[in-house]
Amino acid sequence: MADFVITAQSQEKAGSLIVNSLINAGVKTALLIDSAGNVLANCGHEQQDLDIDAISLAALAAASLAATSQIAKLIGEDDFSLLFHKGKNGNIHFGRVGEELILITIFGDDVSLGLIRCRVAELADTLAQIFEG
Amino acid sequence: MALIDLSKKEVHCKVVYYGPGRCGKTTNLLYIHKAMDDKDRGKMLTIDTKGDRTLFFDLLPLNLGKISGFDIRIQLYTVPGQVMYEATRSLVLKGCDGLVYVADPLKVRQERNIEGLEDLRRNLEKNHLDLSKMPIVLQYNKRDLCDTPVPTLSIEELEQDLNSQLNTSYFEATATTGVGVFETLSEITKKTVRYVAEKHLLTNVD
Ligand SMILES: Nc1nc2c(ncn2[C@@H]2O[C@H](COP(=O)(O)OP(=O)(O)OP(=O)(O)O)[C@@H](O)[C@H]2O)c(=O)[nH]1
Ligand SMILES: [Mg+2]
Repeated sequence: MADFVITAQSQEKAGSLIVNSLINAGVKTALLIDSAGNVLANCGHEQQDLDIDAISLAALAAASLAATSQIAKLIGEDDFSLLFHKGKNGNIHFGRVGEELILITIFGDDVSLGLIRCRVAELADTLAQIFEG
Repeated sequence: MALIDLSKKEVHCKVVYYGPGRCGKTTNLLYIHKAMDDKDRGKMLTIDTKGDRTLFFDLLPLNLGKISGFDIRIQLYTVPGQVMYEATRSLVLKGCDGLVYVADPLKVRQERNIEGLEDLRRNLEKNHLDLSKMPIVLQYNKRDLCDTPVPTLSIEELEQDLNSQLNTSYFEATATTGVGVFETLSEITKKTVRYVAEKHLLTNVD
């Protein structure tokens, strides 16, 4: 597994893509993390009252997704195609980006899951290109 | 896998404390958390514990100052040591950059220490990592028990069992009181940062 090197340029590019496509569509927070639990980009949380501990969230999400993949393999699936948790006020969606990255989005009921899935899928290739080349 | 952020001039590395059940991995992190300044450490995250047994992992993010102009951020993880949680240990090892192997000095745990190291080698392989190439240090914990009547292993025996192939530095420790805890941390940090820096040709890191 290769290390990730982030440059100011890649960060800016990824940040503006995420803001345009997700934050402007009503997503509260979007985090791009790697499978070791490192945070590559953290967008949108400023406007929010709730302060999310990005480091803890990234570590837990990385571990939880790794566990989920193992569960999928145990029942003979490659992976699950929808990774989503619904809460009373907030929802969280996990999207795989390339081989090693995960895009986490947190959003309220004012945004539809379909829109999120669609936008995340659109972003995945471009983001993977930026960081994984 | 380390993360090198050239725009913020930060290096993020993941160091995992590994070892058999009850050897004192969580105790190391708790001591570090207690002893460090608020500004240099993040929140300690302890997920899923039963009594004091780790079921998933612990996480403690640290800020270790600057090396060659880069801010060094280290995330310390522990694994659940109990044999049945092998799958979880493998998940936690994903992308790790450095390792501390904590050993238990009780004579009755001699086999468990050796098996634990084999378990580590195997689970690293699952993650496409090679134990012989990774930064690792050994910690011989619970040395306070050597002054009690319980039968314990000598340093020579532990060295023979665990370090004859690795040939790495070891530290004697009593994690409950903090003896050897920061010595261990400082050595693995140096080794890990040097390893990551050399890979990426960041110059003058020592
Ligand atoms: N006497 C003595 N006891 C210790 C020392 N370090 C840890 N312990 C005790 O050993 C027990 C287990 O320690 P933990 O840190 O929870 O062990 P662990 O390696 O995290 O165990 P798992 O989570 O099951 O893998 C606790 O009761 C600790 O207080 C030590 O240096 N000396
Ligand atoms: Mg523990």
